Amino acid sequence: MTRLSETYVDCRQAYSSTLEELAAADPRVVAVVNDSVGSSRLTGFRKRFPDRLINVGIAEQNMVGVGAGLANGGKVAFVSGAACFLTGRALEQVKADVVYSKANVKLCGMSSGVAYGELGPTHHSIEDIAWLRPMKGLTVIVPADPWETEQAIRVAAATEGPMFIRVSRMPVPELIRDGRRFEIGKAECLRDGGDVTIIANGTMVHRALIAAEALAREGIDSRVLNMATVAPLDETAIVAAAAAGPIVTVEEHVVRGGLGGAVAEVVATRHPVAMRILGFPGFLPTGSAEWLMEQHGLTADGIAAAVRDVLGR
Amino acid sequence: MVHDAQLGHPGGDLSAADILASLYFDILRHDPSQPKSPQRDRFIMSKGHATGSLYATLAGAGFFPEAELDTYMQPGSRLNGHPNCQYLPGVETNTGPLGHGLPVAVGIAVAGQIDGADFRVFVLTGDGELQEGSVWEAAMFAGHRRLANLTVIVDRNRLQQGAGTEETNALDPLADKWRAFGWDAIEVDGHDIGALLDVLERRDGAARPLCVVANTVKGKGVSFMAGDVSWHHGVPTTEQLEQALRELDAAEAVR
Repeated sequence: MTRLSETYVDCRQAYSSTLEELAAADPRVVAVVNDSVGSSRLTGFRKRFPDRLINVGIAEQNMVGVGAGLANGGKVAFVSGAACFLTGRALEQVKADVVYSKANVKLCGMSSGVAYGELGPTHHSIEDIAWLRPMKGLTVIVPADPWETEQAIRVAAATEGPMFIRVSRMPVPELIRDGRRFEIGKAECLRDGGDVTIIANGTMVHRALIAAEALAREGIDSRVLNMATVAPLDETAIVAAAAAGPIVTVEEHVVRGGLGGAVAEVVATRHPVAMRILGFPGFLPTGSAEWLMEQHGLTADGIAAAVRDVLGR
Repeated sequence: MVHDAQLGHPGGDLSAADILASLYFDILRHDPSQPKSPQRDRFIMSKGHATGSLYATLAGAGFFPEAELDTYMQPGSRLNGHPNCQYLPGVETNTGPLGHGLPVAVGIAVAGQIDGADFRVFVLTGDGELQEGSVWEAAMFAGHRRLANLTVIVDRNRLQQGAGTEETNALDPLADKWRAFGWDAIEVDGHDIGALLDVLERRDGAARPLCVVANTVKGKGVSFMAGDVSWHHGVPTTEQLEQALRELDAAEAVR
């Protein structure tokens, strides 16, 4: 079983402290930013490694190209900027310079999802997974908590090749479980159950666990999978879930092309079963991140309701 | 190659050919047997559509057998329509969409600057390509970082796919634009090998990145292609091919 910590924390601190630690151990590690030193929490990194913090200014296309060039020059480049601009503005650089060229670049999408709630759809990054997931060769990771963010950054530094990691600023609880292990491309089973499987990632994972607890009190036994890696996808875990019963997916992303779409591709072709896909419908009105999530059922209550619906209860 | 493939960009191939020859047969420190050597000079073909002349040059420099040029753009060939660094040694990054080469070159130059390495980084861009905003993001940053190890060569043939650059979205005064971004800029005749070598051998003590505006002729050396926008992408007939090769051979004999 998995418990949740009482305190909720922002994942960016785990990102920056891990990156500083990696940079201290490996002189090849560099950070590339687009005037986002503060929002990427890299002030400490800049102080310790001023020569290895490359701030290109407000220029995302150049930022991603420069990251690919640094990799060519032997560096391990962590390119970080607000997820909405890093992915949307520089998508062709991500495609041609990083993924198609197999450059050793780690793209870190900061403040992903609807973290910038009130700032509106220009600043939301809820299409990023749909844009990136089809590019074969790009590993796409959506960590659920600070521990998983740290593990993803460590694995990114130790693994050759392109990677995209969402780094959320939304406070989340730590997932507490014995023997936790992070592995790219492997779903983490946080709770076992036989009636239904809830597949979540990022900021939705702890909500899925809270929903599963509430459903258990009604006699509904839910499996909860943390699908931090969206690409490459753990198809084995999905087929096993489909064999057991219906599936509900939940993500801080639009309902098209993200985690739900990825799971549905596997379910439709390998083991058809009823599904519900929870996420945002599209461009959102202004409002706090929490309010936006409540409006669209991205809460423990909303997830539980989707589970009852898919089970016909 | 273009005739065999029935595809290609012969106009831009020919405008760039003398520049590529100057780089690969004189300027660049490279060893085809060690194409990933960390000390190598880097060259990025930002105008990735001009693979006809790029591949001929790479083969001539020894990166792969010349006989393989016959497979240009054939199904499954390593000689993709646009260069691929996974397939071919000597290619540093995949290009094709325009405006990508300079940012990547800037990143390599920054890596060299951080390490105090003495390799140089060269980029060949088209001139129409300079209408892409990403070029100027990178140019601004290279000027800011004083990347003296970086040289961009602009193949200034004054024609883009559909028309002249100046009637489409004017680039002049081009050298002044680079200077305003913190670069040294020099104009040369892009078909005068001596002049090209002279500017590409950077004198000691350079403190800023260098832009060489190489004035060229699209379709250079072939009378019916020279300066004609329709040969941006075009395939010669067999008769045209024979005439083109005759003219190029004659020019070579004079040289």
